[in-house]
Amino acid sequence: MDARILQEFRAITGDRGLITSPEELKTYECDGLTNFRVIPRAVLLPRGTEEVQSIVRVCHRERVPFVARGSGTGLSGGALPVENGVVISLARMNRILEVDIPNARVVVEPGVINLEVTERVAADGFFYAPDPSSQSVCSIGGNVAENSGGAHCLKYGFTTTHVLGLEVVLPDGSLAHLGGKTLDTPGYDLPGVFVGSEGTLGIATKIILRIVKRPECIQTLLAAFDSTSDAGAAVSGIIAAGMLPAAIEMMDNLAIQAAEAAVHANYPNCGGLLLVELDGPTAEVETLMRQVDEICRQCGAGEIRVAKTEAERAVVWKGRKAAFAAMGRISPNYIVQDGVIPRTALPRIMSEIERLGAEAKIKVANVFHAGDGNLHPLVLYDCRIEGQEHAAEVLANRILELCIEAGGSITGEHGVGEEKKMMMSKMYAEPDLETMQRLRCAFDPDLLSNPTKVFPRPRLCGEQPGEYRPHPLETAGIAERF
Amino acid sequence: MQEGAPIAGAELCGVWDDLRAIAGAENLRPGEPGDSVAGVQPEMVIEPANETELAGALRCINAAGLAVVPRGGGTKLAWGNRPACANVVLSTARLDHVIEHAWADLTVSVEAGCNIQNLQNALGCHGQRVAVDPIWPERATVGGVLSTNDTGTLRIRYGALRDLIIGVTIALPDGTLASSGGKVVKNVAGYDLPKLLTGALGTLGVITRAVFRLHPLPHNVRSSTLMVRDLEAANRLMLAVQGSRLAQTGLQARFMAGLGPEVDVRFEGTDAGLAAQAEALQKLADPAIEAVAADAVWQAREKLWSSPQKAAIAKLSVVPASISGTYSRIRDLADSFDVKWSAVVQGTGLGWLRLEASRSDAIHRVLITVRTELERAGGSLNLLHHPADMPAMDAWSSAGDAFPLMLRVKQQFDPRGTLNPGRYIGGI
Repeated sequence: MDARILQEFRAITGDRGLITSPEELKTYECDGLTNFRVIPRAVLLPRGTEEVQSIVRVCHRERVPFVARGSGTGLSGGALPVENGVVISLARMNRILEVDIPNARVVVEPGVINLEVTERVAADGFFYAPDPSSQSVCSIGGNVAENSGGAHCLKYGFTTTHVLGLEVVLPDGSLAHLGGKTLDTPGYDLPGVFVGSEGTLGIATKIILRIVKRPECIQTLLAAFDSTSDAGAAVSGIIAAGMLPAAIEMMDNLAIQAAEAAVHANYPNCGGLLLVELDGPTAEVETLMRQVDEICRQCGAGEIRVAKTEAERAVVWKGRKAAFAAMGRISPNYIVQDGVIPRTALPRIMSEIERLGAEAKIKVANVFHAGDGNLHPLVLYDCRIEGQEHAAEVLANRILELCIEAGGSITGEHGVGEEKKMMMSKMYAEPDLETMQRLRCAFDPDLLSNPTKVFPRPRLCGEQPGEYRPHPLETAGIAERF
Repeated sequence: MQEGAPIAGAELCGVWDDLRAIAGAENLRPGEPGDSVAGVQPEMVIEPANETELAGALRCINAAGLAVVPRGGGTKLAWGNRPACANVVLSTARLDHVIEHAWADLTVSVEAGCNIQNLQNALGCHGQRVAVDPIWPERATVGGVLSTNDTGTLRIRYGALRDLIIGVTIALPDGTLASSGGKVVKNVAGYDLPKLLTGALGTLGVITRAVFRLHPLPHNVRSSTLMVRDLEAANRLMLAVQGSRLAQTGLQARFMAGLGPEVDVRFEGTDAGLAAQAEALQKLADPAIEAVAADAVWQAREKLWSSPQKAAIAKLSVVPASISGTYSRIRDLADSFDVKWSAVVQGTGLGWLRLEASRSDAIHRVLITVRTELERAGGSLNLLHHPADMPAMDAWSSAGDAFPLMLRVKQQFDPRGTLNPGRYIGGI
């Protein structure tokens, strides 16, 4: 990278806020998806909004693409650096700026860790609802980019439900305040499109969050079934009974084995394990829990345990929350997918996945948010065995195609990022993608903000005034002008 | 010139013929005074049968450089500013089907012209609903409710329309039919366009269908009304309820002329749960006097629109802890200008205010003053209805530094300004 530009960056962030040495740059070459690696030209660590603006203004002027990065725990390659671009890490912007308990609002910088928000407001009886399994390490800024969910989004919604407003540095370096502390701010719901835009529309530098009052009573039921179909029938029964649990999770036998090996979850060794969490007023929860128990028994549940205290619940959830990481105990490599299907298609899709896995001689462990049909098939392989990695990738993609065919989605929580952008053409028709790109043109006409993610073919936005300068992506043959 | 065609320029005649070819002569007619929007009478009204015809009609109108007013039930055409131009009413009246109610998946796909009551009736067959209670549900359509973001009392528990919509199909002015989102609740693939269109007043595209997530109908519902001493007591009670472990599905204060403030609270669930919460509420609310709520309290917002000739109605948004401060200021201003006031305020901080006076310039003074003060505190005031002779004011509160971005979004979706020009924020 041009020494002059590096000098400008150094003047903005100070020496400690600029990384250019090859060994250190390597730390930023990928996020939680390790299959793709790109070494950035530099990594910048701004301390505040003005520094972010100054950095982005330089990038805009010099046509340097940039990728914002939180904790780097993303699973779709959203924070994967772009060729010849820089990474802007928000890790140093990690302050909780304001806590407004009477109005149930908290204002944070993007580098604040998800769980820290809950920890800060717990004493007042509140919590921050979106709870991805990585919540002890992932950042709010990253959650905003991906519209992260978690086990409890069945009842509480996703990040977008809990973000009321944002201060955003747009890709030309200007500042815009989207939304605010009050509801229904005038004009278009720009916070609503910014959340989940995977860093392609700008960088959030302040986020106004909504916190939720902890319910009076939370109980988690654990039920062991002979198969995931039986467990699925219980889920259907619960929904048909008109209940809306806070969470419904399911694990198959392989996933149970992994959880046992990793954290000694002490789950019953069964074909399908169901976790059902109910919360609300105590009298309500106790009544409904009896109904859930009855439904599970009717569907053939063997062992049933009900966790009523915080400590008991933590034990029950331990295995589920460790599920992905636990896969390392039973397989050298794995691909985790994040497809969504209509809940009623679950039994059919599950047996189809099993069939495809048997055909390819690849094992698939299944963990999923049974209440909303969000599957996490873990495609297990050993890269040392010839052909297995390729077979695993083919199977993972085929599973996503199954999800699309069933009327679902290619991603429920992890985002499209780098990993699934080609699948976007299978999920959406050309006019749909083209319409989404129009939105991008309004925010980032110069295609500098995480430009290679989400869309299969980045499109440049019409004519730029002044002398024609090809965009780096055009030169690289990746983008076309339209 | 065809019989019944408007007598106007060559453009309009050409468009008339094209639209007739698209929708059929029986579905196209000249505009009448009853079709006017803020006193602007469109020349034509077209009622396409389905989204393909609708998209075709829109493309044709856009190509001819004419302006479109999308219309569902027409209940909220007065919301927003006066149109800069309005040539064709594009009606969704015939797009009124419930396309698919996947009850076991808790989702429904419905055409934009279906009215809310019909939709809820269809969903009720399987004990489900879209958890939203807009006003005039027997006439208001899915598209209209989405485009105006009209939410009611259920919002405090079930979220806004943006939280209930999971997919949308729109017709863009160039005739493109584009879909975003899908049929499943969890979906982060691509941009969340359903949210962009919610509250956009049809200025980015005409919604042709929407997919909603559903909730089960409650088994039991119980509501209480609490009579409190004054505005401050009402605010304290509402904050106390929100800060407690109660799981209310409705929480509002009614400030009616000549009556003491009343706070309504609604619970849903099992008998045991309702009984326990009723008891807890009584303890919390003491010494407020509690009574069983009349069913009609949850329709109080709609009643603000009765006999509105000399009234202005506005939607206000403040943070929950500022409710009493805001409305006591309004009370004092209204009193000083001899204006009658009443309001229905939700626990979320959203409220609807009615101002009435023989002198509409007094109403105007109060609205402008309140808006300025609210905006300074991060809130907003949008005007939904005003007396015909009131001095002009922008219907919308300011969008601040986000406005240039909003303008660019508009320019990307509707470069010729075909959709509802001039009616939205900042003259969009």
